[in-house]
Amino acid sequence: MTHPLQSTEPVARPWAAPHLKLAQIPLLWQFAVIIAAGIALSALWGGALRWPDIWVIPLASWITTFFEWLGNDAGIGGYEFRDLTRFLADLLKQPLRWAEYVLYRGVRPLDLPPVPWVAIVIGVGILGHWAGGRKLAFFAAGGLLYLAVFGLWRDSMRTLAIVVVAVPFAVVIGLWLGIWAEKSRRAASVVSPMFDLMQATPHMAYLVPVVILFGFGQVPALIATVVFAMPPMARCVMLALQTVPSAITEAGKMSGCTPRQLLWKVQIPAGKRILMLGVNQVVMQTLAMAVIASLVGATGLGQKLLTSLQQLKLGAAVEQGLGIVMIAVVLDRITQAWANRPTDYAARGRSWAYRHRHALSFGAVLVVSVLLAGIFKEVSVLPKGMTVTFGTQLDDAVRWFAKETYGVIQPVRDFITVNMLIPLRNFFLAVPWPIVVAMVGAAGLRLAGRGTAMLCMGLVLAIVLFGFWEPAVLTVYLVLSAVIICICIGVPIGIWAFRSPRVARPIMAICDTLQTFPSFIYLIPVIMLLKVGDLANIVAILAYATVPAIRYTYLGLKRIPDVTIEAAITNGATPMQRLLKVELPVALPEIMLGINQTIMMALSMVAITALIGSRDLGQEIYRALPTADTGRGILAGLAIAAIGIVADRLIQGWANTRKKQLGVK
Amino acid sequence: MNSDVKIRCRNLWKLFGPQPEAFLQEHGGHPTSEALDEGGYIGAVRDVSFDVHDGEILVIMGLSGSGKSTLIRCISRLNDPTAGQMDFDGKDLLNATDAELIEIRRHKMGMVFQNFGLLPNRDVLSNVLFPLEMQGMARDEREAKAREMIELVGLTGREADFPAQLSGGQQQRVGIARSLAVDPDVWFLDEPFSALDPLIRAEMQDEFIRLQKVLKKTIVFITHDFEEAIKLADRIGIMKDGQMVQLDTPENIVLNPVNDYVAEFARNAPLDRIVTVGAIMLPEKGAESSQSIDASDLIGDVARQVLSSEVPFAVAHGGKIVGSVGREQMLDGLYGPEGQ
Repeated sequence: MTHPLQSTEPVARPWAAPHLKLAQIPLLWQFAVIIAAGIALSALWGGALRWPDIWVIPLASWITTFFEWLGNDAGIGGYEFRDLTRFLADLLKQPLRWAEYVLYRGVRPLDLPPVPWVAIVIGVGILGHWAGGRKLAFFAAGGLLYLAVFGLWRDSMRTLAIVVVAVPFAVVIGLWLGIWAEKSRRAASVVSPMFDLMQATPHMAYLVPVVILFGFGQVPALIATVVFAMPPMARCVMLALQTVPSAITEAGKMSGCTPRQLLWKVQIPAGKRILMLGVNQVVMQTLAMAVIASLVGATGLGQKLLTSLQQLKLGAAVEQGLGIVMIAVVLDRITQAWANRPTDYAARGRSWAYRHRHALSFGAVLVVSVLLAGIFKEVSVLPKGMTVTFGTQLDDAVRWFAKETYGVIQPVRDFITVNMLIPLRNFFLAVPWPIVVAMVGAAGLRLAGRGTAMLCMGLVLAIVLFGFWEPAVLTVYLVLSAVIICICIGVPIGIWAFRSPRVARPIMAICDTLQTFPSFIYLIPVIMLLKVGDLANIVAILAYATVPAIRYTYLGLKRIPDVTIEAAITNGATPMQRLLKVELPVALPEIMLGINQTIMMALSMVAITALIGSRDLGQEIYRALPTADTGRGILAGLAIAAIGIVADRLIQGWANTRKKQLGVK
Repeated sequence: MNSDVKIRCRNLWKLFGPQPEAFLQEHGGHPTSEALDEGGYIGAVRDVSFDVHDGEILVIMGLSGSGKSTLIRCISRLNDPTAGQMDFDGKDLLNATDAELIEIRRHKMGMVFQNFGLLPNRDVLSNVLFPLEMQGMARDEREAKAREMIELVGLTGREADFPAQLSGGQQQRVGIARSLAVDPDVWFLDEPFSALDPLIRAEMQDEFIRLQKVLKKTIVFITHDFEEAIKLADRIGIMKDGQMVQLDTPENIVLNPVNDYVAEFARNAPLDRIVTVGAIMLPEKGAESSQSIDASDLIGDVARQVLSSEVPFAVAHGGKIVGSVGREQMLDGLYGPEGQ
């Protein structure tokens, strides 16, 4: 309902005395003043450049002490907190153990063999057929076959066991939290910003407190995984409930639904598609986390890959990495197809057996394969002799390739590092923090209002006060360098895809696939080609984070109304004029949101690149893991989240205002 | 028309804004338009009073933003009014508890929505039986009842189809069947035909008239289409900026609009289908014609007769001659008085 509340148009008062308002001074001038004042300040006071150590608020060590106390001494009435964590761990251990029994161990207590690998491969194929038809069936079975043939079966099943157990937990908790947040405004005001923070905090930071409370191993990995994968589900639940058409909700009410009937019989079924996309996200996050959780001792493919990387066995790393990619892509395709599965109208009125043909055929496969496994051992577990590996050959090939290319790459790498990256890094480190605080505040005020400005300034100030300024600056330097390159690569590719529908399909398909890879994977080619160093970090980030820049550019251009483009053409614009004067300006808000997404992904990758050496916040988290320095790890993770939130609020603030001006949705 | 009052609304207010109750009290329960604007409130329903009589079709007409949708949501309590009184069958509806409200909706109210509001995951049959399922009716019983409703709206054979497989008109038939499944006393229709294309819309209007002849429900019908209102209504309430501008029979609205706003709607109305002979006749009885027509005849039905006759017709009402109608009166009735 539109309503002329108050006119927001500023009233021109030419007769009034010239009286300068902050909002009327161009932002660049404000920046100039801030920079001048900052430089002057830092000349007078060294603390503006480097916050004195003795003034650092020792929050990190307080947190560490708190967690140590929690893990060792805390308790009420004879029950120790440790008992609670132990209880939780035991609770999760049981389903995990059963998943492992079924998938690869065999049920020891009952002396049963595990489900034969043949049955799992065919079973996943059947699942693919049920969800998405024949093509998906072959694809899914093929992906799993790769795992078996390349001798990755046992490790894959270990990883899969964590996924299989974590997903239901994360889905149920997310569903419950999402419903709760949607029902009560107060709950939403608590839960919603918490999810923002949780999603901006890198995977690895979750591991730190978990290690202190639950130790190392499979179960802590599972717990971190559930906690990490739950927020996207809760968000999708909230979105699903919010987007149920009001007529459907009202029809439910007028049909005499009680609130409970309304939720479960009307709103949840009506929002099913978004809920299923939430499940898809949970599955993908779970897998990504299960791989990273190898840092806290989770066994499985991730751990194998980590070891291979550390020992520079790149051939094996490639095979294992591909294995993870296979699992990721198969799970993604199946859950997506499931979410979009049309109702099978034709199945109505067919026989019971027809309607349950997938379950029945899996049952048959299972029985036959178990019987066969009694006779032929190969059906149960593929013996080592029957698997192939090109590990050593690949290793040699990679080594040869690296050696051949290194002669070319090394000088380039060194040149870029010495002449561009190091000066840039030194420049970043030399910026006094008050300048950054003030600039963030000025930008926030202009782009998104007072509240956002205060929030952003507060976050930057917190980073200073808690003693994370230097690693935070190094993080921003890495991320910013990478993001600039991402834009230079991603935006032109997006434009190309928009202009040529023929390339759009393959490019978007590649983007979809790349986005399902767990971030870990991207380290493999980077180590192969660039070894270690800032450039290696930047390239790893760039490989992971370019996709949203491409995708949003393409979608932003695609969403421009046809009339706008037709008007440009009939006004006599050349294709280049059309692009520069019409298409890009109109699509810019959407492209900025893509860049926002790119920054978020870059920040989460920063933590991963710590594995190949860095000095940024990621390294702080990584180091906190073995030394049990919980406070440092958590705060470093939160500092990454803080950088993300500042960038996100500023960009979103700008994009939303601009979108409103342009009248695009 | 039976004049028992089914729904009685008095001084109904619905404000949207930060603190509507407090705001309303502050302004003595009667804020002016200016005060609403100033306070940043939207007066969706402002001081509306009316009765809905048993068995009548009350059509509420207004342009978008006039508050008609909010009004029907207040009566069905999908929205809670900010202030006012509302009785349903003589019982206070505004202070009904949630449990009572659910009971009332399960047995006495049915509602049809502009965008159908069908549950996409259920087929036609289980959409129609949904309100019965909510009541906890046994499966066989509710299926039988739903099939009956589906037959009533002419969708037999499509029971197993899903909403997405149906055309807009068919979907709304499902919506109608569902709203009638509990055999409600009062039937709310919120722009039920507005989402349909013109041909289907006309067909559904005829269908609606046919259904009402059989069912004789008490109906509150919302529309933004004046012609639709004229075609269906026993009485029409015209809304503007949250207020009920005029509430009267179609004929009176056309012939005696209270202000220019209403007159604007009435201007292009099909007078021949609205105005009765009684409204245009001359009260003198001196008609020479031996033939007579009835005062309640629509002028469109007798126009040819009257215009082709040299002499005026006598007008009868209740067996007595009450006046006469000649060419001149008929032409005025059909095309409006000369000079307008």
